[in-house]
Amino acid sequence: MKSVLDIRNLTIALPKGSDRPHAVENVSLSVGAGEIVCLVGESGSGKSVIAHTVMGLLAGALKPVGGEILLEGEDVLKVDEARLRELRCTRMSMIFQEPMTALNPVMTCGDQIDEVLRTHTSIDAPTRKKKIIAILERVHMPDPERLYASYPHQLSGGQRQRIMIAMALILEPVLLIADEPTTALDVTTQAQILELIRDIQRERGTGVLFITHDFGVVSEIADRVAVLRLGNLVELGPTEEVLRRPQHAYSRMLISSVPSMTPKHRDRDTAAIVVLRTDGLGKTYGGSSFFQKSRPVRAADDVSIEVRRGEALGIVGESGSGKSTVARCIARLIDPTEGRIYLGGDEVGWLSSRVLRKHRRRIQIVFQDPYRSLNPRRTVVESVIEGPMNYGVSRKEATERAKSLFEIVRLDPRALDRYPHQFSGGQRQRICIARALAMEPELLIADEAVSALDVSVQAQVLQLLDDIRDKLKLAMLFITHDLRVAAQVCETIAVMQKGKVVEYGLVADVFNTPKHVYTQELLKAAPGKGWDFAAFAPA
Amino acid sequence: MLATIPVLGMVAIFVFLMLRLTPGDPAAVIAGDNANAEQVAQIRAKLGLDEPLVSQFVIWITKMVQGDFGESFFFKKTVAELISQRIEPTLSLALCTLVLAVAIAVPLGVLAAHRHGSWIDRFVMGFSVFGFSIPVFVVGYLLIYVFAIELGLVPVQGYSRIAGGFGSFIERLILPSITLAVIYIALIARITRASVIEILGEDYIRTARAKGLSNRVVLMRHALRNAAVPIITVIGIGIALLIGGVVVTESVYNIPGLGRLVVDAVLARDYPVIQVVILMFSFVYVLINLVIDLAYSFFDPRIRY
Repeated sequence: MKSVLDIRNLTIALPKGSDRPHAVENVSLSVGAGEIVCLVGESGSGKSVIAHTVMGLLAGALKPVGGEILLEGEDVLKVDEARLRELRCTRMSMIFQEPMTALNPVMTCGDQIDEVLRTHTSIDAPTRKKKIIAILERVHMPDPERLYASYPHQLSGGQRQRIMIAMALILEPVLLIADEPTTALDVTTQAQILELIRDIQRERGTGVLFITHDFGVVSEIADRVAVLRLGNLVELGPTEEVLRRPQHAYSRMLISSVPSMTPKHRDRDTAAIVVLRTDGLGKTYGGSSFFQKSRPVRAADDVSIEVRRGEALGIVGESGSGKSTVARCIARLIDPTEGRIYLGGDEVGWLSSRVLRKHRRRIQIVFQDPYRSLNPRRTVVESVIEGPMNYGVSRKEATERAKSLFEIVRLDPRALDRYPHQFSGGQRQRICIARALAMEPELLIADEAVSALDVSVQAQVLQLLDDIRDKLKLAMLFITHDLRVAAQVCETIAVMQKGKVVEYGLVADVFNTPKHVYTQELLKAAPGKGWDFAAFAPA
Repeated sequence: MLATIPVLGMVAIFVFLMLRLTPGDPAAVIAGDNANAEQVAQIRAKLGLDEPLVSQFVIWITKMVQGDFGESFFFKKTVAELISQRIEPTLSLALCTLVLAVAIAVPLGVLAAHRHGSWIDRFVMGFSVFGFSIPVFVVGYLLIYVFAIELGLVPVQGYSRIAGGFGSFIERLILPSITLAVIYIALIARITRASVIEILGEDYIRTARAKGLSNRVVLMRHALRNAAVPIITVIGIGIALLIGGVVVTESVYNIPGLGRLVVDAVLARDYPVIQVVILMFSFVYVLINLVIDLAYSFFDPRIRY
């Protein structure tokens, strides 16, 4: 097989004072024509750096200091800026992670694709338009004529990613670099985009360097896999080989950290008291205002769920399904518009904020982004003790409690006086959990609490949550888009679609015999569903 | 657009009351130092100032609505006549300043953002500190000294109507415009720089580069238009502030514009003139705001009203 991309002994220096001297060290790998090579690794492994270096899009602080990158034999590290611009989109193209921000919001989609043709070819306008409509049809966009004139904000995430793909492939480059192109998308959309990339790539013999952190995606799309750890290539081989028999300890650890799709068996205490129950909970946004016609959106509609002591209820669904709305209503961060919320025996859904205050302590939330949910200007101990102190606990007592909580979440209590930026993402999420536990809640809501974490860290945090639940007999509401996580954490699960709970039951039942069409679709779309990674074997 | 009417109504009431409730009597100013109380009272009655406040206001506002702006107490001319004489110099000065400021500041800001951290960036930032700190009249006299007196390139002061030939019109306008523009160049260049730097970090700029576009196209087509909203906001605020700056500049360069008219009218307690000019300024403010809002949705299709 002829290789279109040949990376040889690539070394990229980090600026002085970084935690390591090189972002990427002595990496060699190749992508053949018509081949998909997945570059996997956790955050900071240097996978995006490699991709950006190939395109010549590296940020100023990083410098390639050794090796070569051959694109069909031409070393892109040696060519000048003008030649590099010529190569982009004609020989090599790139698509990015965030379809929401990767398109210029003030230009129409058609115009943005047209720009590629205008820059690199001398085709006349009518032919260009014809070509664009053709590629829009190829990426399965409905009504290409209308989309040509649409602005990005009028499209969904999946459609935007299709526009990006159309733009990248319109001049039939030999190499496509895809930097986590489906990470920000819902599973069903992700499945479609993966299929699209694979189809077009096969049809045209394009070589694809596919960057991802998700082994599910790897198992779906890759011909070969390269595992990167802290800038070093630790393993490279055919997909089957790497997933089944990873040679390097790091690859083994990574792959085995991927939660299994097979629900974990948990014994239920049927006598446990119900901590949370909602009855016909609903939230409607956007009633009519004086000037605007009313266009109400039912973000949550007739949601009735319950969580028992010591158990976890998972709410799964895609973006916009209303799962976070339900969590926020229950925590009374927003006010429900219908139905009731019972916490223990108390109805809390309609309490005035003054009466509600004494119940607030009983429900605590851990949010998705550990980087933004801690006040950067306060030491972590201040963040942890603030809640209890609001409820009359003395500073001394609260600080003592913070220390013991830090031990529970496996952090060094001596680190309490540090600021959030001195901790890693996983550590910050532990702090957030400690902060929530400091209030001694009856119900802990985890709103996508492990979604932003690398798999190995995710596995640790999940384990931690599990231990805490057993130890403290907490009731948990676990909001997630990741079916694998739900399978491992929850006893019961509610599948939400468009504000409604479409399926609700024991995790094992829902996963093994899904009744609703949407649940079936979700399960079918889950990447790598045919693999049980922890067991290094097909499921 | 309909919101203009209540805003203007409130301004009208506010200006009217403010003038009436501050000390100072136009009748006394007109009558002069040697007049006795009876003469002053006579003048006051003639001007209608002895009526109760409410009926004074009603009479004034009714006439305004009918298009009768009233008569100056002091200049013995109608207000409409006075304004129409004075509006051209002020408008020319404001427009020329604005064009100059935008034409210089926006490219300067984009350049500084593009070469973030280089000498040109530091120069632009340094200039903007200078532009903010130095008072308008100092800039004015400095420019007059250098360009008019030492180099003799342009006349020292005065104004020539556009009808009298474009050459002499622009010759007399250029120094005052530069004087006024300095602070706006500083302001707009700074905002442009900050806004473009922010936009250059966006994902779609990376996409644009990945398409193989040249730096110029990335900057002008992709970055600048996205950076437009804050820039336009500042330009709008600039226009509003400009009207205040015009007063000083017109004095320095001896230009017979609205700014001078207001100063004279305030000193003479010439109520009708002050009222109409302020009302007109606020109408211009409201209009500018409207234009800015429309410009937002022109530059950013996501903004709809």
